[in-house]
Amino acid sequence: MEELDGDPTLTFIPGVNSKKRQMCFDWGPGEMLVCETLFKKKEKEEKVPGCPLIYIVRKDIDVYSRILRKLFNESHGIFVGLQKIEEESTGKSRKAQLVRVSKNYRSVIRACMEEMHQVAIAAQDPICGRQYSSQVSILSAMELIWNLCEILFIEVAPAGPLLLHLLDWVRLHVCEMDGLSADVLGSENPNKHENFWNLPGNTQTLTELELKWQHWHEECERHLQDGTFASNPHLESLCKVCRVEIMLGDDNALLEQKELLSNWYHFLVTRLLYSHPTVKPIELHFYAQSSLDLFLGGDSSPEPLDNILMAAFEFDIHQVIKECSIALSNWWFVAHLTDLLDHCKLLHSHNLYFGSNMREFLLLEYASGLFAHHSLWQLGVDYFDHCPELGRVYLELHIERIPLNTEQKALKVLRICERRQMTEQVRSICKILAMKAVCNNRLGSALSWSIRAKDAAFATLVSDRFLKDYCERGSFSDLDLIDNLGPAMMLSDRLTFLGKYREFHRLYGEKRFADAASLLLSLMTSQIAPRSFWMTLLTDALPLLEQKQVIFAAEQTYELMQCLEDLTVGRPEPRKLGGQRSQEDDVETTKVEMLRLALARNLARAIVKEGTLEGS
Amino acid sequence: MFVARSIAADHKDLIHDVSFDFHGRRMATCSSDQSVKVWDKSESGDWHCTASWKTHSGSVWRVTWAHPEFGQVLASCSFDRTAAVWEEIVGESNDKLRGQSHWVKRTTLVDSRTSVTDVKFAPKHMGLMLATCSADGVVRIYEAPDVMNLSQWSLQHEISCKLSCSCISWNPSSSRAHSPMIAVGSDDNSPNISAKVQIYEYNENTRKYAKAESLMTVTDPVHDISFAPNLGRSFHILAVATKDVRIFTLKPVRKELTSSGGPTKFEIHIVAQFDNHNSQVWRVSWNITGTVLASSGDDGCVRLWKANYMDNWKCTGILKGNGSPVNGSSSQQGISNASLGSNNPNLQNSLNGSSASRKHS
Repeated sequence: MEELDGDPTLTFIPGVNSKKRQMCFDWGPGEMLVCETLFKKKEKEEKVPGCPLIYIVRKDIDVYSRILRKLFNESHGIFVGLQKIEEESTGKSRKAQLVRVSKNYRSVIRACMEEMHQVAIAAQDPICGRQYSSQVSILSAMELIWNLCEILFIEVAPAGPLLLHLLDWVRLHVCEMDGLSADVLGSENPNKHENFWNLPGNTQTLTELELKWQHWHEECERHLQDGTFASNPHLESLCKVCRVEIMLGDDNALLEQKELLSNWYHFLVTRLLYSHPTVKPIELHFYAQSSLDLFLGGDSSPEPLDNILMAAFEFDIHQVIKECSIALSNWWFVAHLTDLLDHCKLLHSHNLYFGSNMREFLLLEYASGLFAHHSLWQLGVDYFDHCPELGRVYLELHIERIPLNTEQKALKVLRICERRQMTEQVRSICKILAMKAVCNNRLGSALSWSIRAKDAAFATLVSDRFLKDYCERGSFSDLDLIDNLGPAMMLSDRLTFLGKYREFHRLYGEKRFADAASLLLSLMTSQIAPRSFWMTLLTDALPLLEQKQVIFAAEQTYELMQCLEDLTVGRPEPRKLGGQRSQEDDVETTKVEMLRLALARNLARAIVKEGTLEGS
Repeated sequence: MFVARSIAADHKDLIHDVSFDFHGRRMATCSSDQSVKVWDKSESGDWHCTASWKTHSGSVWRVTWAHPEFGQVLASCSFDRTAAVWEEIVGESNDKLRGQSHWVKRTTLVDSRTSVTDVKFAPKHMGLMLATCSADGVVRIYEAPDVMNLSQWSLQHEISCKLSCSCISWNPSSSRAHSPMIAVGSDDNSPNISAKVQIYEYNENTRKYAKAESLMTVTDPVHDISFAPNLGRSFHILAVATKDVRIFTLKPVRKELTSSGGPTKFEIHIVAQFDNHNSQVWRVSWNITGTVLASSGDDGCVRLWKANYMDNWKCTGILKGNGSPVNGSSSQQGISNASLGSNNPNLQNSLNGSSASRKHS
């Protein structure tokens, strides 16, 4: 297949002097940074003033248009619905479904066009108005092309009805363009074509149609003879055309009335109507080519739209898609049209190995563009889902770049990832959020995210911070979270300890002293509590040891004593260090002495209590 | 493409590098004025400078962001023979109100004896690791084993490339089938015809980086180098900025079962070569899906390269300065020329049914 050379698009960066300077740049997820620089500068050179600006450069401008957003949103719904159409349905019902989908797409384009047209008329600033108008033109071109593709490729009308469809097609667009330009330019709307095209409904047979035309033209002939139209030169010319045509079937005569015909495809269809109404699809391109040649008359060369339509008349789908890709800067059109044609099994039938790859290529391009937008990216997810080769990896790459400004957005992104078992992305996103929370000292949030990330190491880290906070301030933050950890507590030992330690405090608060005491002891004996925390735990035991009632049993007291000894045995006596005793050392020593005393007293009381018969 | 915004850079001298963070909501710039500036994007889309500080005692050549899993961390490298790692400290609420943040230096890497020309963080799956390269021909790989303590970095590897180094690129692939890999480019100008691109691969057994390949066809000075993101491919794609733009594929050759444990051998192919810049190419960089390559050359242009669905590479866009004087004030408004076919007025003309040449003939 011939490679078409679309020229690269040129974008000017104001202020940068490309003759003397160069540009440094960086890619972002949705845009590029560009800045003037000088690559060969030596260190000792003078300061060089230049362009003082950094530029943000974007590719997909259309995602930022408010009106086009409706196009993207609604076509997304149609696209997803199309993917779900049963593979099994064949023949007529399937074709009818596909035609319906095509019409839906077109009605979405028309709705968008209409809205934009209204905005164009209402625009105060003429420059804005013109911009909107040009957008309307482009949408109109898209609908024109799509409509033709629908007729030729999807509807696949045989000989007779083909012409009727084409008549409708031209009528719709020619009248529309007149109407639109009249609105915008504010000129009178002769709508000269209305009468010309005022056909009865499409349910005619070809014979009926021919009879009607015959009658109509006899009328024309009569009116011309009578001079009825003398005052209206347009209608008079029309009549002449009809008369001449019917009598001579002459293309050239028709050509002389060129001003009445806006373009070559209008000419083509008119020609066919008069000379070859039973044209077969495979004959179309012949008439199309000659119509184009005759109409242009060697004055000018075909323009992009002409090439696209011509490719359609030649039933060269791939060429249509290629030309559209070049002519339109947004992938929306080619992506959706190609996908639809692929569902019609038309790309395969052309027997090119990359048939289905082209569909995916275009959908990936389109969906990638959506990710540049802060909310349209959600539509992009569904498109990636329906790209079997690379959709998943594209989604992975794009979704982790979405800025998580709000918790709501983060949860939305995570749900999307979780549903698709994108575990690495889930882990990474949660880690990013956990890290951000830790840096901002939001420990509860950090812990939640660590748990969701299943990141044991980070959970340990955050738990340590909680414990440190407790030691410093004497209370816990985020009690709700810690109290309701549930099975998540098992993620890391430190987290388990945090949960259990908090439980100890709760039990104590509820005055369930015996349970609290057992828990406290088990935290040390099971080695879940870090050594560094044992002193705190033992100190926590003090109030339990000093209660009126005996809480720790003798056995338990022995174990506590053991823990205390384990803790202190490693510590050198302050005096032995030879240095001065610090205040901290004093406090430590006092604590240890107090503990020893309390433990000893408790032991004594416990032994007595256990030696005494209960309740006599 | 279109220019959406312009932001007054406010550096007192030439800017050498601009860098987006992972999410595209923050950026960093570095300059010959020895400082780094950090910019934040607000909800409304405006960019504000939230930090500006002196980072080195010489021109700062490159600045780069670590992956946000490691927090808000930057690395910079300079003519002053050092590279540095910076961490953002969440300030007092006063600062937040004033829209300022503080960055503190966590470490200075002083091992190089010459200008440090590039600094790049390794892919996140390797932990918090970075590589630097210098004009003294040495690539140094550092690691911070404790991500919560960024003041501890240890020099893990020193790779002697024997030629003055200008650029490095980590292979981003996290596939278990691929060992860590780093490409090094040299801008050595001496007349010896030696390969200016070298590929080093980490060996699990020896725990060292060993040279896996040299690109023998690249004998002109290399200014930049960039691995493309790996989309699950078995082979690697590498772009090189030299006297032209070159794209290579490196396909690992299947190791025999009785492999001696040496570095992987690669089949190297050149898939594209572009001399459109018609001059030295200074930068190459891939977009996030690795579908578009951007290059910047001495012709003052940035060019975009893309492969179509037939895998043919073409230039699809050019950014060029138009040199028109700027009034010095920045525009935070979008410069809008919104259009579905913005660069193709022909389509709308031909639809209107009238091309100028036709109607007014």
